[in-house]
Amino acid sequence: MDLLSLAVRSIFIENILLASFLGMCSFLAISKRMETAMGLGAAVIFVQSITVPVNWAIRRFLLAPGALAWTRLPALAALDLSFLTFVCFISLIASLVQLVEMTLDRFFPRLYHALGIFLPLITVNCAILGGSLFMVERAYTFPESLVYGVSSGAGWALAITAMGAIRRKLRYSNVPAGLRGLGVTMILTGLMALAFMCFSGIQL
Amino acid sequence: MSGKLRKTFTDPLSENNPITIQILGICSALAVTVQLRTAIVMALALTTVTAGSNLIISLLRRGIPPRIRLIVEMVVVSTLVILADQFLRAYLFDVSRQLSVFVGLIITNCIVLGRLEAYALQNPPLPSLLDGLGNGLGYGAVLVLVAFIRELLGSGRLFGAAVLPEHLPRNGLALLAPGAFIVLGLLIWTQRTLTKHFDSE
Repeated sequence: MDLLSLAVRSIFIENILLASFLGMCSFLAISKRMETAMGLGAAVIFVQSITVPVNWAIRRFLLAPGALAWTRLPALAALDLSFLTFVCFISLIASLVQLVEMTLDRFFPRLYHALGIFLPLITVNCAILGGSLFMVERAYTFPESLVYGVSSGAGWALAITAMGAIRRKLRYSNVPAGLRGLGVTMILTGLMALAFMCFSGIQL
Repeated sequence: MSGKLRKTFTDPLSENNPITIQILGICSALAVTVQLRTAIVMALALTTVTAGSNLIISLLRRGIPPRIRLIVEMVVVSTLVILADQFLRAYLFDVSRQLSVFVGLIITNCIVLGRLEAYALQNPPLPSLLDGLGNGLGYGAVLVLVAFIRELLGSGRLFGAAVLPEHLPRNGLALLAPGAFIVLGLLIWTQRTLTKHFDSE
């Protein structure tokens, strides 16, 4: 029940792009074409749903204060390594993206070619690192972080796909010169965020 | 300072601004601009990290093997971000709480990595340092401007002190996410009309 509510909240109400502004750079750059927007969206769901739970485990068993107690070594038990969070998370994300890339290339070549260049670009997508950092800040449990990973990725994919569709229509409209491209995309994103705000207050 | 060095420093402030012209580092520009105070702290943190990492990578540029340069860059950047984060927690704890995850997200801020790849890897330390400072301050200028508009319209305050008379209505939308997108969109429109930098799309 709580998990379903968390999923709805992170897809619609607290959409990681429209409410927390994460992953804007690739959102603005890739949403020009509908097909690539959907491809990147799928890749983000994929990577996000792996990195958030794995980072949860790293945080729980290596970095949090007293997390090394399972080693039963008194010297390690009291250690607080949480200042290493950023380095560990970003290196895990970078290597995981690399691993996912190689696995897809070996076993699912069609999916690999469909995603193409977008897969490595995900390392520097702040929605991925941001998802893991939000997971730490909001103290999610393991099932919660699993659901949060999948649904925050899905929320991002929904937003970029919608924007891809809007920009396709935009090609036939007469936008003032200075507003063309980035400017009008920002304002449209604002309107989209406004529309998504009407989901707030939904409780399951 | 010679003309070329000065240009390295001043170009990113307006003509080639990282946010409004190059479309980099948008995420944090929107998220931390509800108040002027947080915006200024964030701008200073990012300027420090960009300038510092540009300087370090530029000093190391002959020693870094091209194949693993991304990992080296990431490690340098995240070390500097950890320093900035620990500093904020020690001396400005309340601002650090408000900035929440966005200090950590400087690591994936495209401005930092973009300047390293585009500038620091090919240029000597001094110009790289100036380039980093210029880009950080150009980012900061947009941040302060957006925060000024949002805090003034949304809560009638500047730096937390009330400046608008009580009877004037406040526009709560400016404090919410859609307000941030629309204010920045209008700002980009103004800047691009002034500098005649148009997208071809």
